[in-house]
Amino acid sequence: MSNESIASVTHEPGSFEHTYQPKTAFTRWLDARLPVIRFAAHFMAMPTPRNIKYVWAFGAILAYFLVVQLYSGIILAMHYAPNSAIAFDSIEKLMRDTSYGWLMRYTHVVGASLFFFAVYIHMFRGMYYGSYKSPREVLWMIGVAIFLCMMATAFMGYSLVWGQMSFWAVTVITNLFSSFDSIYPGLGTAIVQWIWGGFSVDNPTLNRLFSLHYMVPFVLVALVALHVWALHVVGSNNPTGIEVRDVKKETLPFHPYFTTKDMFAIAAIAILFAYIVFWMPNYLGDVVNYEPANPLKTPPHIVPEWYFLPFYAILRAIPSKLGGVIAMFGAIVVLFFIPWLDTSRVRSCRYRPIFKWLFWVFVFDALALGYIGSQPAEGSWVFWGQVFTVYYFVHFLVLMPLVGLIETPSPMPESIEDDVKRKAKSTQPQAVPAE
Amino acid sequence: MTTIKTTLMGLAAGLLLSIAPAAAAEQAAAGHEEHYQIPRLKWTWGGIFGYFDQQQLRRGFKVYKEVCSNCHNLGLLSYRNLGEPGGPGFSPEEVKAIAAEVQVFEGFDEQGNIAMRAGRPADNFVWKFKNAKEAAAAFGGAVPPDLSLITRARGIEREFHWYEYPLVMAKDLATQYQEQGADYLHALLLGYVDLPAGRKIADGLNYNRVFPGNQLAMPQPLSDGQVEYGDGTPNTLDQEAKDVTAFLGWAAEPHLAERKKMGVWVIVYLAVLAGLLLLSKKVLWRNIEH
Ligand code: HEC
Ligand code: HEM
Repeated sequence: MSNESIASVTHEPGSFEHTYQPKTAFTRWLDARLPVIRFAAHFMAMPTPRNIKYVWAFGAILAYFLVVQLYSGIILAMHYAPNSAIAFDSIEKLMRDTSYGWLMRYTHVVGASLFFFAVYIHMFRGMYYGSYKSPREVLWMIGVAIFLCMMATAFMGYSLVWGQMSFWAVTVITNLFSSFDSIYPGLGTAIVQWIWGGFSVDNPTLNRLFSLHYMVPFVLVALVALHVWALHVVGSNNPTGIEVRDVKKETLPFHPYFTTKDMFAIAAIAILFAYIVFWMPNYLGDVVNYEPANPLKTPPHIVPEWYFLPFYAILRAIPSKLGGVIAMFGAIVVLFFIPWLDTSRVRSCRYRPIFKWLFWVFVFDALALGYIGSQPAEGSWVFWGQVFTVYYFVHFLVLMPLVGLIETPSPMPESIEDDVKRKAKSTQPQAVPAE
Repeated sequence: MTTIKTTLMGLAAGLLLSIAPAAAAEQAAAGHEEHYQIPRLKWTWGGIFGYFDQQQLRRGFKVYKEVCSNCHNLGLLSYRNLGEPGGPGFSPEEVKAIAAEVQVFEGFDEQGNIAMRAGRPADNFVWKFKNAKEAAAAFGGAVPPDLSLITRARGIEREFHWYEYPLVMAKDLATQYQEQGADYLHALLLGYVDLPAGRKIADGLNYNRVFPGNQLAMPQPLSDGQVEYGDGTPNTLDQEAKDVTAFLGWAAEPHLAERKKMGVWVIVYLAVLAGLLLLSKKVLWRNIEH
């Protein structure tokens, strides 16, 4: 395909002109009634900046994991018994006696972990390239809502195993609401008992967790649809952070260029996925959860799954129960506001000499919080947990607004096209004249 | 610092969280606990092409049956599993005979009395004790846990500094270290050493250098020459411990070998697919500056 014919199928982001022509009597008939094919053709031709890198494939990778989780989850639900007396055994029965039950379960368990792995990279990508900035604020905020839904789903899914860690994680997290007793006496206790459906974590709790674990992913699907819609309105950002000026020269239609690229990225991630599923399926989980829930025996170390650890560290850093809860939720809520907390005119960290470093310091901060979340809340870990928690908020609430004002951006290319041309020149072998 | 600690503890229903090293180091420093670094052993079911050795599983089953089953059960296992591919590979007759040794609750007869029948291959393993209460009464309150998942429900504690963590993780991932539970179990069975001078343990408990806290209700279950193998394999304590660990490793995951075998083909398939997709992408993008 020549560049000419590629350009002929591209459009302005958000515009609804298209080149789809129904060719058969049936497609003409359908097109006049429900133009789904027209919609799909338009959808797949979305003009996408040609200079985006493989980190942009994580959106597609997330979509892949969403499908994997839904598929494997629906199979698991066919064999799972949401009853506290037999839940644990029903899962083991699936692992042992159902054909490829072990494959479905390990896929779902490892898939959840890799889903979070992918979403964290996806979010850090957005932070590095300023993808949350105008006009992508709504796109970003829907993303944060997706992240919240993912966390809720993962937490409830983990509880369904009804192992020791499931049970005690539910106990600890639901008990957090009792901190509301310090706002209005009795309020927290009432909420906690309402959540439990009784006076302790028991069968009614498990039943509602199962019901919600099945429901929230469909909310997630709806949110992802909105997320992708918003993406199609504003178009993808790109490593320069400069908006597309010339659709013909600077973008390519999503299909076939980025479908192929994303498919390769998905296959590459699937190799990692398979490696963990087939050789280390229990590596990412806690061994204690292979003991059935025992309300009379508290495990010596209650720790959440790895993807919650940074938030768990923030929760424990504050020496007041209510304060910890507020800080933990605040750590996620603050993400909703970063489109306005960031005062820089420049999107991409590529041209932000100071904030680029602060980005990496923030990544380190998040990893450090994760590690501290896995450690006992004693000795120097308490101190370091507080230091890194404070820095987490300083990054968003102080550094982001401040640095945007004082930083002088480094020289930028004129446009995406300019950047692509420069890069092409610097990588072309000199001996062969470009023609 | 103490107030922070107390608040935190109150905070989340007795969150006495700790991952091993720091806590263990602290306790060791306080002179409470012997800290024994459990070595990593080689198991036939580790690694890319891992599988269970049939002869070893048979020996391990013998150890389990003659020793461990006096106190523990394998409630998630059925007798028929003993004859399934990848396991100890007993013949249908042998499985029937093993199952028939137990009595299973069948229901109630016409007079309303409890009716029992001989076990069948489809039955789950039956525990020697009527229930946990009876077991607890026999061991001063401690209940011998069901061993069906024991090799997956235990890990080992390793000591490293925080900055070594990425390295430890990379090494685990590269070498597929999934046999921590087996290493723990083997070390536990070998862990009944003499009580160190100056240490005291509670009445009725036994000293073990591996068990967290160093004292447990289980008396040393295995010793040199305890189980007659009859196949020429030396019945040392180490060998018996390894064999029973292998058997329990299989019991925890009877489909393990099948899983690893399938994995090889899945990876081959995905590698070819990824290669073809990369090629398509390269061809498609050949003349495009990006
Ligand atoms: C005389 C009865 C008895 C026999 C025989 C016995 N055990 Fe135990 N075992 C116990 C009791 C009681 C406990 C609970 C210990 C406690 O909680 O203090 C236990 C606990 C255990 C544990 C759990 C340790 C932990 O980390 O919590 C394992 C593993 C174990 N036994 C393995 C075995 C194996 C393998 C055998 C056979 C070689 C065996 N036991 C034979 C009574 C026995
Ligand atoms: C179920 C989880 C999610 C799915 C399936 C998903 C899917 C996608 C897809 C397909 C894209 C376009 C490709 C790309 O640019 O990577 C995208 C873009 C984007 N997503 Fe998500 N996403 C998810 C979660 C999130 C979260 C949690 C956030 C942030 C809080 C987020 C923020 C963004 C942003 C800002 C963009 C535009 C990026 C750019 O153009 O530079 N997404 N998402």
